[in-house]
Amino acid sequence: MLFSLQVFDRGAWSVVAVTGELELGTAPRLRQQVVSLVGDGHRHIVIDLSGVEFVDSLGLGVLVSALKRIRAHEGELRVAGPVPRVRALFALTRLEEIIDVYESVDDAVGAPSAGEPPDG
Amino acid sequence: MGEVVLEIPARPEYVALARQVVTAAAALEPTFQDERIEALRLAVSEATTNAIEAHADLSREERVVIRCDLADDRIEVEVFDHGAGFDPEAIDATERIDPEGLEREHGMGIPLMRELADESEITSDDGGTCVRLVVYRRRPDT
Repeated sequence: MLFSLQVFDRGAWSVVAVTGELELGTAPRLRQQVVSLVGDGHRHIVIDLSGVEFVDSLGLGVLVSALKRIRAHEGELRVAGPVPRVRALFALTRLEEIIDVYESVDDAVGAPSAGEPPDG
Repeated sequence: MGEVVLEIPARPEYVALARQVVTAAAALEPTFQDERIEALRLAVSEATTNAIEAHADLSREERVVIRCDLADDRIEVEVFDHGAGFDPEAIDATERIDPEGLEREHGMGIPLMRELADESEITSDDGGTCVRLVVYRRRPDT
């Protein structure tokens, strides 16, 4: 499946829907997308992984750097919809201890924030 | 049983091809558990990624070689590169997988390989590196 990124708004959240494999050849594109969104002032971002069939350690590393970048701007990152094999990798690397993971984009944008909830 | 050898250019877009070939080879044997194929897929991907990154300063003519050997009870994969090499002993075998490590320059690739493969071995000198991974058809403890 070809890698693609689709960005859209859900209320106060910006959703980045990722499709394909998130690895050496593609992870830099997601990194750049998050940098661009944060640079444009977006602070509440959901990365939708429901269309991602494979993630490696570089792909996970991009999620960690996205988390740090967004938190540095007092924002919030949520990850939505990882398939079971990707979810298992989150557990193996203990990534789920630092990133909030939701079953779906609906769940991610509907859950209350730990801090101030975004407007909208 | 069977041996498959794949030579790829040291470019990021070829990691997916390495994954596809090795997992397709493993899937030829129907007793290979899906969970084992998934472990193999990620371990080979991490090894191939490291090999391609090791070639960053080399000519694009230099190839990364992936050799895949299917035996009755296991699959053995070796990934060879011609990079500058490193001291495998310097990477602590007890290094834990942790989320902070994912962001480091060399990431969690080697600890993940060690975790996913049933056997792993790295040999390296200034002429290159060979990563050997073995995954059994079933987990050895099942």
